[in-house]
Amino acid sequence: MSQAFSLREAYGKTLVELGRENPDVVVLDADLSWSTMTHFFATEFPERFFDCGIAEQNMVGIAAGLAASGKIPFASTFAVFVPGRAFDQIRMSVAYSQLNVKLVVTHGGISVGEDGASHHSVEDLALIGSLPGFTVIVPADAIETAQAVKVAAASYGPFYIRLCRPKLPLVYDEGYRFKLGKAVTMRRGKDATIIAIGIMVAAALEAADSLKRQGIDCRVLNMPTLKPIDEAAIVKAAAETGAIVTAEDHLQHGGLGSEVAQVVIRHCPVPLEFIAIKDTYAKSGKATELLQRYGLTAKDIEKAVREVVERRG
Amino acid sequence: MALSEMGDSLSEASAEKFSAGASLSAESIAKPLSVKEMAVIAKRLRRHIITMTGRAGSGHPGGSLSAVEIVTALYFKVLRHKPRNPCWSDRDRFILSKGHAAPVLYATLAESGYFPISELATLRQLDSHLQGHTDRVTCPGVEMSAGALGQGLSFAIGVALAGRLNSQDYRAYVLLGDGECDEGQVWEAAMAAAHFKLDNLVAIVDNNGQQIDGWNRDVMNLEPFRAKWQAFGWHVIEVDGHDFTQLITAFDQAKQVKGGPTVIIAHTVKGKGVSFMENNPDFHGKAPNADEVKIALKELE
Repeated sequence: MSQAFSLREAYGKTLVELGRENPDVVVLDADLSWSTMTHFFATEFPERFFDCGIAEQNMVGIAAGLAASGKIPFASTFAVFVPGRAFDQIRMSVAYSQLNVKLVVTHGGISVGEDGASHHSVEDLALIGSLPGFTVIVPADAIETAQAVKVAAASYGPFYIRLCRPKLPLVYDEGYRFKLGKAVTMRRGKDATIIAIGIMVAAALEAADSLKRQGIDCRVLNMPTLKPIDEAAIVKAAAETGAIVTAEDHLQHGGLGSEVAQVVIRHCPVPLEFIAIKDTYAKSGKATELLQRYGLTAKDIEKAVREVVERRG
Repeated sequence: MALSEMGDSLSEASAEKFSAGASLSAESIAKPLSVKEMAVIAKRLRRHIITMTGRAGSGHPGGSLSAVEIVTALYFKVLRHKPRNPCWSDRDRFILSKGHAAPVLYATLAESGYFPISELATLRQLDSHLQGHTDRVTCPGVEMSAGALGQGLSFAIGVALAGRLNSQDYRAYVLLGDGECDEGQVWEAAMAAAHFKLDNLVAIVDNNGQQIDGWNRDVMNLEPFRAKWQAFGWHVIEVDGHDFTQLITAFDQAKQVKGGPTVIIAHTVKGKGVSFMENNPDFHGKAPNADEVKIALKELE
């Protein structure tokens, strides 16, 4: 596997670039600036950085007030606290208010590892995805992270960008340009499609390579914009490959799998399988151990692809 | 488009959206009224509150009536604002955190000229600007969408911080309910406003002593209320919230306070001005029926 890079660090450094370009970019954190890596911005622009302490609800409200006054606030903490701790504030002060607030959160999913279930954000995509008007992005590597953050800054409206804790191998090269609302075809294929987000994209590619050796020609789609989802790419994949597996580091309920299923069932029903956490909380452990224990590996994806291909007949 | 251009065009677009075709540059700052004139306005606002909630058949008259003098003093004396240009960048901001008191804000905005008084009759109707609780997207002059309590002070901090960053001298005023201060977020924000030394921020508490389930002291005791705000680092002023002279003096005094935020604890009477609504928590979230509207309007002649 190629060298891994931190999505959080890409975020922190991109914020500094944005800060240099636009004096209206401001950053808020809730006492986690060394984990979310907003500290890079805090160091260069201390007057535009607001540490709100361990008070996420207040942070979201302040961000809304800044946005209503023409600023472009980026508010960051762990995914388990925003949206978890501040859901009503996000609903009222950001989503319903249609304000230009960017929530960029880190430590999404069980790949957080040793901190345990209290810190595993496995419901956040369901929560935030339920809010009308939110754009939801889950980048797959450091390059996509930087791109998505820039697009969020340049686009009006509420954004949620979910990053994971571990460093990830690059799945893109430097020439990649993130397009909002568009799936990215990572591998062409005709026998089945794997649709993945975030940390699971690299695993999907690994699974596709292995399946290819077994004679199954898999398409791999990265779906960095979870909302609004690229319906056309999903329908095309269903029609052309006839079987779909989704893969995400999130509960099966309310995440990528649910979104893809709604599109597929309406437009082009085909066998589906979901690689996701199954209605449970995970334990403490190393990220790799947890991904194995809860069925989020390339091997699990491979098995699911073989199942959907078999069901299709 | 470069980011800096983006910001400008966005604020222009939103100004256009709210200006309803008014000429932006030609609009003048609203003229302050005398105490006597404000008393006349206050009575009109009370009549609007009764009429609009009565017509809607639902709404929150009690906590609207208690805040009438506070809101009147702000809009007709204290605030620097242009009713025909609600998005004027240098306006003072009034943020209604107790969003259920929407009727008093709507009546005030209409009387100030933000939209026609005739629109008050549409309160709570489908497609009205005047949603059951305030909605900043649909209603000109409404700064914040509220209704879930406890969020306005945080929002006001953001507004005040932006003013400071931009070197703008506008002030942020936020009206909280006393019952609303049960919410933990209010105290997160109270701590932060003092921490950020926001002397361009003034909170007013409509301290009518009651919440839905009864007297605050029985539901959830807030005392020692003044000491709480002081302990959080605020300059505290207490006034009779129905006395214009005291209110205006307090707002003037708040302008002189440097290095931190000011809270005005305004002692009020829930349902003020209508005998059967005064200190009656039943009228927190219940509209007067047709007979009650008649009696109330007679009392407010």
